[in-house]
Amino acid sequence: MQSSNLKISNASFRKVIDAGDYFIGVVLKGETFRILDLKGNQAADTLFFNAHNASERYSAMDTMREQANVYLTTGTKLRSNLNNVMLEITADICGRHDTLGGACSTESNTVRYDLEKRCMHSCRDSWMLAIAEHPEYGITKRDIGHNINFFMNVPVTEDGGLTFADGISGAGKYVELVAHMDTIVLISNCPQLNNPCNGFNPTPIEFIVWAE
Amino acid sequence: MSEIIRSIDYTTHIPSGSHWSLRVRRGTIMRLTDTAGLGNVGMLFYNPENLLERYNAPDTLKCQHTFKLTQGNCLYSDMGRIFASIVEDSFGWHDTVMGNSHAEHIEERWGKRDYQNDRNQWMQNGYDAFLVELAKYGLNGKDIASNLNWFSQVVTDQNGGLILAQDNKAPGQTVTLRFEMDTLVLLHTCPHPLNTAEIYPRESIQIELGTAHDIQEDDYCMNFREENLRGFKNNQLYHLGLIA
Repeated sequence: MQSSNLKISNASFRKVIDAGDYFIGVVLKGETFRILDLKGNQAADTLFFNAHNASERYSAMDTMREQANVYLTTGTKLRSNLNNVMLEITADICGRHDTLGGACSTESNTVRYDLEKRCMHSCRDSWMLAIAEHPEYGITKRDIGHNINFFMNVPVTEDGGLTFADGISGAGKYVELVAHMDTIVLISNCPQLNNPCNGFNPTPIEFIVWAE
Repeated sequence: MSEIIRSIDYTTHIPSGSHWSLRVRRGTIMRLTDTAGLGNVGMLFYNPENLLERYNAPDTLKCQHTFKLTQGNCLYSDMGRIFASIVEDSFGWHDTVMGNSHAEHIEERWGKRDYQNDRNQWMQNGYDAFLVELAKYGLNGKDIASNLNWFSQVVTDQNGGLILAQDNKAPGQTVTLRFEMDTLVLLHTCPHPLNTAEIYPRESIQIELGTAHDIQEDDYCMNFREENLRGFKNNQLYHLGLIA
């Protein structure tokens, strides 16, 4: 656990992202941003892209392999698919974030929950809408990789199981990252209604940036 | 031959440090054998009719509530469909999260990849091996998702630390896949990225290809979890109008 010294009053940008909405924007090299879990037990399904070349993107496997750990917390360097460091987690009062569980989608919801749940809102659909509405970023479906679930707790058991544990986040918990390159941030604030991890009640988060 | 395998029609050996790709048809059996017990097979799947549909490791793991892959598990695309089922497995725990070795990993452990001196004994890395195969289909590095690493067991400690286990490596281990839809298969036989062996492994992998029997109602993989029953339903929808 590492708390932050940054003051909200000094922030250069603030935006509340309601549950089920997406956020897309650029954070410049050297800037720090915070993702704040306003009401607790929310999941922020997040992708990062090199702002100058969207085909370079956050890579879960490169990040896990290089740090030899499945969980993300303070000190974790987030790697791209070219194995470059994109961002670093500089503060975290939640303790652990997941990058193994991926994002909910229309299609995986049919498998996970019920064939007839395909029409429910999902994170991958939110990303698809975001990249369709914002062609200026140059992101296509080909560039969508495996994401980070900030505030999610997905422990691996000794015998190789994967458990979706109760959230360890709470109202007011946050994670902070510093950008090592100009980075596009694409967040789906998860609308998942089939999973007890958010108490079946998706809630808003806030995205806060401090200029260098 | 068995209730699952109708025939084995083709056998080949892929030396360590190599790469290959093949479009396999639905109903194909692929049996991999780690002949010397020192191997690793990296593998990626794409839908040949829509290359944007790819193997998705997180969806595969979370819908089956598992971190390891073994007999009974199905291998899912990002579209909720099953590329292949693991119908037989003597190894027990295969990795799908650690990705590939890069040139810098190989150089750090075993020295520089050097065709001038080593010819086909050069030390290829998994990432470059996939890049070569991807390019043959108009794909590139942005199309690389988390790959499968057959014959590599990666375990976690209590803090989430990742370790490549060596306990269950033995000569002759096999894993058999049955393809549930037409699939473009890319594979390499480069060492697992966490491999710290003293010398770059050189032993080959045997690959057998054949045909599967029709799937029965009591099929092990289909009934392994409720989720897999629904995954097979999604495949059924995809194949609607085709004769099985």
